[in-house]
Amino acid sequence: MQLWSLAHADCIVIMGSNMAENHPVGFRFVTQAKQRGATIIHVDPRFTRTSALSDTYAPIRSGTDIAFLGGIIRYILADDLWFREWVMAYTNIAAVITYKYKGPEDLEGYFSGFRDKDGCYNVENWQPAGEPEPSPLAEHHAGHHTSTTETLFGARKSHHPPPEDPTLHDPNCVYQILKRHYERYTPEAVERITGCPRDTFLRVCEALTSNSGRDRTSSFCYAVGWTHHETGVQIIRACCIIQSLLGNMGRPGGGIMALRGHCSIQGSTDIPTLYNMLPTYLPQPNAHKPHHSLKDLLEAETVPTGWWHNFPKYFVSLLKAWYGDNATPDNEFCFSYLPKLTGDHSQLPISLATCDGVTRGMFVFGQNPVVGSVNSDLIERGLAKLEWLVVRDSFETETASFWKKGRLVQRGELRPEDISTEIFLLPACAPAEKDGTLTNTGRLVQWHDKILEPVGDNRSDLWFMVHLGNRLKQLYADSTEARDRPIQALTWDYRLRGKQQEPDALQVLQEINGCTWADKKLVASFQELKDDGSTACGGWLYAGITPSADHNQARARQPDAIGMETNHRGWGFAWPSNRREMYNRASADPEGRPWSEAKRLVWWNDAEGKWDGNDVPDFVETKPPGYRPDWSKNPQGMEALAGTDPFIMVPHGRSQIFVPSGLKDGPLPVHYEPMESPIANPLYKRQVDPATKTWPRPGNEYHAPADPRFPYVFTTYRLTELHCGGLSTRAMPHTAELQPEAFVEVPPELAQEKGVAQLDWVVLSTLRGEIEVKAMITDRLRPFTIDGRTVYQIGMPWVFGWEGYARGDIANVLLAIFGDANTSIHSTKALTCNLRKGRLGGSASQPMPKTPPVKAPSGQEVLRRIDKLLADKPDRIGHDFSAATIALCAYRGALLHQTGNAAPAQKDVERMNQLNSVISVVYGTHYPIGGPKWEPLEKARERFASLIAED
Amino acid sequence: MPRMRRKIADRVQGFMNDWSLPRQFAGESPYSTAAQSTQSKTLRPRLEDADTVGTSICPFCAVGCSQLVYAKKGRPIHVEGDPRSPINQGTLCPKGAGTLGLLTSPLRLNYVQYRAPHSTKWERKPLDWAMERIAQITKRTRDETFTHTLPDGSAVNHTLGIASIGGATMDNEENYLIKKFFGGGLGMVGIENQARI
Ligand code: SF4
Repeated sequence: MQLWSLAHADCIVIMGSNMAENHPVGFRFVTQAKQRGATIIHVDPRFTRTSALSDTYAPIRSGTDIAFLGGIIRYILADDLWFREWVMAYTNIAAVITYKYKGPEDLEGYFSGFRDKDGCYNVENWQPAGEPEPSPLAEHHAGHHTSTTETLFGARKSHHPPPEDPTLHDPNCVYQILKRHYERYTPEAVERITGCPRDTFLRVCEALTSNSGRDRTSSFCYAVGWTHHETGVQIIRACCIIQSLLGNMGRPGGGIMALRGHCSIQGSTDIPTLYNMLPTYLPQPNAHKPHHSLKDLLEAETVPTGWWHNFPKYFVSLLKAWYGDNATPDNEFCFSYLPKLTGDHSQLPISLATCDGVTRGMFVFGQNPVVGSVNSDLIERGLAKLEWLVVRDSFETETASFWKKGRLVQRGELRPEDISTEIFLLPACAPAEKDGTLTNTGRLVQWHDKILEPVGDNRSDLWFMVHLGNRLKQLYADSTEARDRPIQALTWDYRLRGKQQEPDALQVLQEINGCTWADKKLVASFQELKDDGSTACGGWLYAGITPSADHNQARARQPDAIGMETNHRGWGFAWPSNRREMYNRASADPEGRPWSEAKRLVWWNDAEGKWDGNDVPDFVETKPPGYRPDWSKNPQGMEALAGTDPFIMVPHGRSQIFVPSGLKDGPLPVHYEPMESPIANPLYKRQVDPATKTWPRPGNEYHAPADPRFPYVFTTYRLTELHCGGLSTRAMPHTAELQPEAFVEVPPELAQEKGVAQLDWVVLSTLRGEIEVKAMITDRLRPFTIDGRTVYQIGMPWVFGWEGYARGDIANVLLAIFGDANTSIHSTKALTCNLRKGRLGGSASQPMPKTPPVKAPSGQEVLRRIDKLLADKPDRIGHDFSAATIALCAYRGALLHQTGNAAPAQKDVERMNQLNSVISVVYGTHYPIGGPKWEPLEKARERFASLIAED
Repeated sequence: MPRMRRKIADRVQGFMNDWSLPRQFAGESPYSTAAQSTQSKTLRPRLEDADTVGTSICPFCAVGCSQLVYAKKGRPIHVEGDPRSPINQGTLCPKGAGTLGLLTSPLRLNYVQYRAPHSTKWERKPLDWAMERIAQITKRTRDETFTHTLPDGSAVNHTLGIASIGGATMDNEENYLIKKFFGGGLGMVGIENQARI
């Protein structure tokens, strides 16, 4: 949704976000809504300026959001307050689910289908009765983790929508399941778990339900206060259920506003520098899926019904954009050139694998993992193991200077002389020094102009990539190796301009927009894309951003006239198709009339036989509300969706209250305690989300529930003046002056208990590390009474480091690496720690054990490691699980060392290739998507055994 | 000393003339003439010196506020909110309002810094040298760590030996080329940014 849509809300719940401080200008639309009479609610562990500006502040203990939201769901169902007409027409509330489904209320906190062996669910148990339902997002198909589900979705034969019981009496229909599931989330339970007083909780429920319906809409706003939990995806899901039950989706003033962090964090998700996706939500092929050929992939990943049925057009057009004339139908458009995944290659596993020796070189673009990633000491250890590191930033970040000023060096664990990492620090341009587009939190793509001349060696990252690409293309130009073909085949013909030979950003944007290949005519919409290689498109969802050579919609600057504001369609480009609200068909009733005059957005124009409105309709423009698919004719794609199915990206066009596939930890959100919690789960026997990605190892240990050594709940956040881990604002004189040094917020009661006075030094500690910081005693943090006992929560901004003008210890030293089962997102909001008065001092600080130099193991020793792994087949990832990876990488390191700089003989290249293939598999066993795969490991073991037999 | 006395008297006189309160009591509008002093009359807005102004987007959070950046001879002299933007209507938060400080911070890097293995200091190196060296080691590491097929015969065409992180602070076009070249060209799979974490 667009930020300005918030101004039309009648109630706004801000939860998991301190919007007034962290998205200050976006908050002005909340203020506007308030001025129009809306009720503003802030649900947060800490009283902040957002709370101060809200009508109701509801305090909750960090990490209990699902208990709170689940309580709201129960309230809505118990009192029958849902928007029945909207819900019955536009959601899957009536769908009947297989008899195999059992919920956590029956199974002590698990859903049916959990396999202890690898800690994964078999989603077969959550399917609609009759036939399986594919996941709506192509990216998630690739994420299915068991061979069972692969066959399940590999054969998507039947297209029918799930069976329904419109009377809602069937005990296995979604409505009944939902009722049973949330039965125990009573207001009393909410108070007991979250610490939020019952009356405050009920006030929130009342405000939300009375401000939703035909004439009124409510919005939710969230930020990383929701995503940075191992249950982050499920927290957002719980909100989707509420908004679906209340009919608050696709309507003005309704929706769920994801307040994202960085200026292009949405853009870098869409045009992803993410391991599992190709541009605009296409899946990166996976070696352990049926992705061996383009044909296999398209067969396995194309959903029969809904918009994603167009998937082959987008995938083939992307291959054409990347490999140009080399991409032909005969070679499957160079599909085999795309690298395939063998495991989870996301940032947390990369951090660990860097310590294991898997990663040898690293590029860092405008990111500062030493400050921003969790478990900073471990990050530093990884950096020190790299062979080389390239950092591109406007400032000398902590990541660039770890080798001389880092915590490891300061504590004597390492000396700069011991660190063999070769480091390049290249100055990078700021936005006004280059052309390009950024995508804001509402999917609004805005172009920015180059206004300033970069000084010295400052260059855009576009310059860096184009010139690095040119050099590498040259280095590989004469190769005859098959593996070097992708580099040679890649289209890389970028115009360079001016003294600095700067590439033309518009040319790249036009490549993303797409064109017809033969005559290079820009496409105006993704509806023009084909799957036969006649069109090329670098990111289908951005098609239409530059619909012609002289039109760059991202640069359009025509807001609506004052007093006539609707959706500012003349300002920037919102993907897809410059549409401002997704799923806006839901703003009209099943017959196509606005639900009310007050909430008009799009409607069916019967006279002209098309959809009309204040926004680009998110529907087939001429499909009338009365259209019904004729199932006898086996309809495909959009033909299979009725004129009343607004959620066109979902296979059956309905909002999914119950999610049969696409999620790894359950079809409905469940309250689990955070990984590190002061109490036992009051609702279920199961303590934490069973599918959580955990990687315990020395230096990354976790605290057990209610560990008396770490009694306090610890949370982190940022400040209005200082932005994230980026050094940028700490190096900006005036923001640094406004927030000059690090602090920890401590409730007065705890301070008194510990004898800590205002601005005293305190030491915070976890099993990961210790830091010292000044105490700010404040009643913004209140002690909670949880399950009958007092729980203190403390909080610290994570934005500080040793560089810049505003400095302080790094909060993320305290955090541990574990992640959400679906996204591998880290957890920063609800851990536990200890606090003591005083400073670290030389002796007080725990000297970390020196990392023993890894001795190159013999081939036999490595083989024994792999054998042990195969023999144990550990249920879940255990402490020395990565021992095989470490041994293999050390073995490879020694071999490479022998070769030195000399060009290796062909025989050695082949050997190395084989060794690397073993590492690829062992890595995937250690850092799997879903459960480890043992068959490929057995093959890898054989390969390695024969490799060392040659010695 | 008479001169001195006269000067003080002048000053008091001047202050009384300049001071806005008496004039406001006398009925002048507090918003215009009465708010003016001799000094403010001679003050000129610094953006009058600008020879260029252009539209930029705030480099910090994802709200996406528009900025007007004023420059003189290619150097920034002023940054303010763009009043046309439906998002910020001319406003900026402390970070956005401090953007000039980002552009002109004394801590900005202007030259390539290089740290050789085991070295205890940075060295300044030419950009061209660094680019060539980076290309060479990228090639070497890729070649050393490349996997063409897995032991079970399936093709993967990838390297786990090189990773790339970051991108959420950068332009879409830049992210596109990172994914295209590193992924589609070199076969890197470990490509990640802040959007996940
Ligand atoms: S000015 Fe503030 S609110 Fe606006 S984009 Fe920049 S950081 Fe975000």
